[in-house]
Amino acid sequence: MKETDIKTLLYAHFLCIFSVILSVLIPSFFVENFSVLDTHLTWLCVCSLFVTAINLVLYLVSKPNASSKRSSLSHKVTRFLKCCIYFLVSCFIFHVIFVLYGAPLIELVLETFLFAVILSTFTTVPCLCLLGPNLKAWLRVFSKNGVTSIWENSLQITTISSFLGAWLGAFPIPLDWERPWQVWPISCTLGATFGYVAGLVISPLWIYWNRKQLTYKNN
Amino acid sequence: MRLGSGAFAASCVAIEVLGVAIFLRGFFPASVRSSSRTGHQAEPPAPEPLAGANSNWTKLPLPLFSKAVIVLIDALRDDFVFGSKGARYMPFTTYLMGKGPSHSFVAEAKPPTVTMPRIKALMTGSLPGFVDVIRNLNSPALLEDNVIRQAKAAGKRMIFYGDETWLKLFPKHFVEYDGTTSFFVSDYTEVDNNVTRHLEKVLKRGDWDMLILHYLGLDHIGHVSGPDSPLIGHKLREMDSILMKIYTALLTKERETLSPNLLVLCGDHGMSETGSHGAASAEEVRTPLVLISSAFERKPGDIRYPTQVQQTDLAATLAIGLGLPIPKDSIGSLLFPVVERRPMREQLRFLHLNAVQLSRLLQENVPSYEKDPGFEQFMMAERLHGNWVRLHLEEDHSGALFNLGTKVARQYLGALRTLSLALSMHVAQYDVYSMAVGTIIVLEALTLLLLSTPQVLHRRAELEVPLSPAMFSLLFYLMFLILSAIHVVVCTSVESSCYLCSLPWLAAGGVMVLVSALLCVIASALARMVMDSTLPWKSAARPCSGWSEVGLLLLLGTVGHVLSLGASSFVEEEHQTWYFLVNTLCLALSQETCRSYFLKDDSELQHRFHTQPGTVGATCIQQDCVACEAPKAGQAGKGPCPSGALRGHTHWAVLAGPWLVLAFCRLLRSLNHTGVQGAHRPDFGHWLTSSSHKMELSCLAALSLLMIFILVQRECSLMSKVALALGLVGIFCYRAAIGNLLFPWQPANKGISKGILEARFVYVFVLGILFTGTKDLLKSQVIAADFKVTTVGLWELYSGLVLLAALLLRPHNLPVLAFSLLIQTIMTKFIWKPLKHNVAEITVMHYWFGQAFFYFQGNSNNIATIDISAGFVGLDTYMEIPATFLTVFGTYVGPVLWAAHLAHFLSAEASSDSAMDRACFCYVLICSVPVATYIILVTSLRYHLFIWSVFSPKLLYEGMHLLITATLCVLFTATNQASHTRAWMKMNAGK
Repeated sequence: MKETDIKTLLYAHFLCIFSVILSVLIPSFFVENFSVLDTHLTWLCVCSLFVTAINLVLYLVSKPNASSKRSSLSHKVTRFLKCCIYFLVSCFIFHVIFVLYGAPLIELVLETFLFAVILSTFTTVPCLCLLGPNLKAWLRVFSKNGVTSIWENSLQITTISSFLGAWLGAFPIPLDWERPWQVWPISCTLGATFGYVAGLVISPLWIYWNRKQLTYKNN
Repeated sequence: MRLGSGAFAASCVAIEVLGVAIFLRGFFPASVRSSSRTGHQAEPPAPEPLAGANSNWTKLPLPLFSKAVIVLIDALRDDFVFGSKGARYMPFTTYLMGKGPSHSFVAEAKPPTVTMPRIKALMTGSLPGFVDVIRNLNSPALLEDNVIRQAKAAGKRMIFYGDETWLKLFPKHFVEYDGTTSFFVSDYTEVDNNVTRHLEKVLKRGDWDMLILHYLGLDHIGHVSGPDSPLIGHKLREMDSILMKIYTALLTKERETLSPNLLVLCGDHGMSETGSHGAASAEEVRTPLVLISSAFERKPGDIRYPTQVQQTDLAATLAIGLGLPIPKDSIGSLLFPVVERRPMREQLRFLHLNAVQLSRLLQENVPSYEKDPGFEQFMMAERLHGNWVRLHLEEDHSGALFNLGTKVARQYLGALRTLSLALSMHVAQYDVYSMAVGTIIVLEALTLLLLSTPQVLHRRAELEVPLSPAMFSLLFYLMFLILSAIHVVVCTSVESSCYLCSLPWLAAGGVMVLVSALLCVIASALARMVMDSTLPWKSAARPCSGWSEVGLLLLLGTVGHVLSLGASSFVEEEHQTWYFLVNTLCLALSQETCRSYFLKDDSELQHRFHTQPGTVGATCIQQDCVACEAPKAGQAGKGPCPSGALRGHTHWAVLAGPWLVLAFCRLLRSLNHTGVQGAHRPDFGHWLTSSSHKMELSCLAALSLLMIFILVQRECSLMSKVALALGLVGIFCYRAAIGNLLFPWQPANKGISKGILEARFVYVFVLGILFTGTKDLLKSQVIAADFKVTTVGLWELYSGLVLLAALLLRPHNLPVLAFSLLIQTIMTKFIWKPLKHNVAEITVMHYWFGQAFFYFQGNSNNIATIDISAGFVGLDTYMEIPATFLTVFGTYVGPVLWAAHLAHFLSAEASSDSAMDRACFCYVLICSVPVATYIILVTSLRYHLFIWSVFSPKLLYEGMHLLITATLCVLFTATNQASHTRAWMKMNAGK
C-alpha cells in the first residue's frame, strides 16, 4: 500500500519537474529570443502556468482527498472561486513580504509581483489542490507532527524547500560579480525554482527512506 | 576559583579586548610621518654643508629639465617592457632603452598593489598605510606633501589626462584635465582614446611644464583576459606609438628652448598570472621605470641594464629634476644616474638635500636614530662634503678633489640606501609576531567561552575556573619558559620593527604569562570535561529535545553572518545581512505566534499567555501589562483582565506584533541608504535634510521626541519624568538653535549659534537621570532591597542613555530612536513575554536588533559614514576625550540601547537570579565569535585587493564593538552583583 503510494507520488513529482523543464523549452518555439534570463518575466508567467496546470491535472486525476461527496456544481464553483481568491491573497501577501524584505516599493512592481506569483505557484497551489481552501488544515500540516499522509508530508517538504530556495536566492544579490542573474528578482525566482525542484526530488526519496519510521495517525 | 558566569564572561571579553588591541597594533603599522606636516609653507632648503667658509649657494638648485611628461600605464609589468613582449610589441621603447638617451629601472611597488596607494607612493614618495586613511577622514584629497603640490606651489602649469583618481587626489592642481573613469572594466579602447585624443593639441602648445597621462586600458585587458591575451600586444604597440609621438614632440621642443625635457614611462603596479593585482607576488610588484631625456645621451657601447629600485624613488628624483623641494614624507632616494652628468658640486648638493630630508624623517620617527648605520654614514658624508666644498671654494681643481668628490658621492649613496631601507622597514610590513600573539589571546579566550557554554546554558550560573591549579602546574611554567624563549629569539632575529619587542620586558612578560595561563586553564577545563563526560551533562545538554525553529534560526543566522564576513561585498553590504536576518527572525516569530494561537487548545492558550514567565516570586511591575498579576493567572480561561474585549485586542496585537516590527524595519530601512551599492540612491533621510523640507523635518523630530517621551516615561519615577521631558524639549531647542529645525512659535530667523547652552542644559538632565539610576542601583546593592529597585534603576539608566542618544543623533535619525523604543516595547509585550523564549534566545535577538539599528541609523563598514558632528555637541572647542566618547556613543547607539534594554528586561522578567549572568555570557559569546573569526580572516586575506578599503575599516569597527561590549558587560555584571549578594544573604538566612 505504502510502496504504491510512494510510487504514485514519485510519478506525480516527475510530472511537476517535467512541467518546469517544459516551461524553459517550449516558449522558445513561439517567442523569439526567449531565454530564462533575458525574457525573465515571460518565463515566469509560462512556468507559473505550466506548474499550475500540471497540479490541476494531477488533482483532477488523482483526487487525493475523496471528501467531495457532495459534488454539487455550485459547491464546486464556490470552492474553485475560493481557491482563486486564496491564490490571489497569497500572491499579495508574498508581495508585501518581499517589500518588507527590502524589495523596491515603487519600481519593479511587476517583477516583484511575478516573483510572488511564481512562489505562490510553488507553494499555495499544491496546498490548495491537496488541502482545499481550509486554513486550519494548512496550519496543521505546517506544524510539528501534523501530517497525516505522505502527500501532506511531501507537500510540507516541497513548500519549505521552495521558501528556502527563494530565501537563499537573495544571498548573491549584494555580491559584486555583476552577473545578469544577480538582478532582482531573478536570483530569487531561480532559487525558488531550484528549491521547488529539489523538494520534488527529495521528498519521495526521503519518504522512501523513512517509510518505516513514518506513522500517520489517520484521523 | 568560583566565578559567576557574568563575571567570567566579562573577564574573558576584557582579555579579548587586550588581544584585539595587540593584533590591531601589529596590523596597522605606524606610518612614517614628518611632524612638520601641518604647515605647508616651504621651509628653506638645507644649505650646503660647510666647514668654516661661507657658501653662496643656499637656494634650491635650478631645475634640470624644463618640461616633464609622465606616462603612467596601469598594470605595466616589467616584462612587458624589458622582456620578450617588450621587444616584440614595443620596438621604439626597446630601441630607446638599448641605444637611446635613457635610463631604465625595475621599480618595486609595495603591496597593496592597487592604483590609488600606488599613485600616492609615486607622488609623495611615502608608503601610504591604513592609518592615513583614518587621518584623511572624509577627504579623498591627498594631504601629504607631494610632488604635484610642490610643483603647483612653484607655479608650474600641469595638465592631466587619464584615471580620475588623480583628480580626486589632487583637486584644483591641474590647469587642464580630463578624467576617465575606471568603472567599465570591459572597455579598453575608448578609455585610452579619451586620453590620447588630447595629446596632439597639447604637444603642439608649449604653455605647460608637466603633463601626466594615465592609461587604464592595459589594466582592463589584464582583468578581463589575463597577461597572455593577444590584446596585450595590441595595447603595448599602441602605447609604443604614443611614446614615440611624445618623444619626437619633446625633441622638436628642445630644439627651440635648448634645455632638456624629461619623459617618464612607468607602471603603478604589475599584473599577476591571472591578470589581477593587489597582492605581493613578483609579477604584481615589479614595474618598469624608464626615464628618457636628451640629457642622458650616451657614448656608443655604453650598455645600461635596468637596475632594481623602489617605486618611491621617483618622487625624490622628479622633485630634484624639476627643481622642487623633496616631499617631506618621501622615503625614496634619488636615482643617481639622472644627475651623474652634472658638475660634481651640483651632484653632491642634490645628494645632500635628499640625505638631509631622509635623516630628518628618521629623526622624527625612530627614537634611537643616532645608532642607525644610515645616519652615521650620513654624518660622515656630510663632514667629507664640507671638506670638499671648502677645497672647491679654494679653487683647487686637482684630480684629488675629483676623487674626493666621487668618494663623497659614494658615501652619500650608501647612506641614502641605508636610510631609505630603514624607513621603509619601519612602515610597510605587517607585524606578524604581534598579530599572532593577539590572535592567540583572542582565540584562547573564545575557546574558554565555548568550553563553558554547555555548563552555563544548562546547568548553573556559577563556574569553576581552575585558575589556581593551573597557575601552579608544571605546564604553566613550561609554557611560560617556551614563550619567553620564542619572544627573545623573535625579537633578536627579526629585522623589521615589532610592537611587542618595543614594549618593556615586564609588559611583554605579562603578555606571555597571560597566554600561558589561559592555555593551562583551557587544558584543565578540557581535562575536566573529558572526566565529566560520564556525568549526565551530555544528555542534559539538550533538555528541550532539539532546537526550536527560532533557536535554530538564531544559531544558523549567526553562523551565516560570521561566514559572510569573508567576502568583501558582504562586508560592504553587511546592513543587508542584518536586515535580512532580522526580517527572517520576525517572520519566524510570526509563525510561532500564529501556531501557538491557532492550534493550541484555547484554555491552554489563555493560561500560557497570562502566566508570567517567571516562576520565582518575581512580581510583575509592568503597570499596563495585561498579565499584570501573576497569581490570578491560575484561573485560566477567564483572564485577569476586566473585559474580554481587551483580551481579544491583545490577542490580535500579539499576532500583529511581528508584522508591525517588520513594517517599522522597512520604514527605517528607507530612511538611510547605506553600504556601497545603495549609498548613492536617494533616500528619505536626504529628502528630509534638504533645506527646503525643514518644516517636515521639524514636525517629524517633534513627533519622534514626543513618542520617545511617551515610551520611556512609563516606568520612570516622577523626578526622572520631569527631567526627561525637559531634556527632550531642550534637545528640540538645541537643534533649532543650530539651525537644523524650525521653531513653530519663533519664525524670526535669528542667527545660528552653536547651541552650547541648550546642549549643556540637556547634558545636565542626562547626568541627573543617570545619577538617579546609579543611586538606585547602589541602594539595591547596599541595603539589598527587592528586585524592584534594581529594575527601576536600570530603567533610569536606560532612559538617561536614550536622552543622550536623542541629543547626539541627527534630527532625521530621531525616528530611528523612536522606532527602536517602539519595537522594544512591542517585542517585550507581545512576543518575549507570551512566547517564553529562553534567556539565550532573547539575548541573541537583542544583539541582532542592536546590529540592525546600527545600520538603520546610517552607519556602514566604511569610516566615512561616522557622524563626527556628534562629538561637538555642547562643546565650544575640540576636546579629545569627550568628543571621542560622544562620537563613539553616537555611532553605537543601536547596540548600546538594545543591550541596556536587555539588562532591564531580564531584571524585570527574569525567572531566576542567574538570568542576567547567563545573558551576559551569551552576549559576550555572540560578540566575540565574529571578532575572532574576522581576525583570522583578515590575517589570511592581508594581501587581498580590498584589504585597505573594505576589510581594514571593518576590523576597526569590530574592535570598537568588542570594546563597547566589554564595557557594557563589566557594567552590567557589576550591577548584577546585587542579586548575588541577595541570594547569598537569603541562603544564610535559610540556614
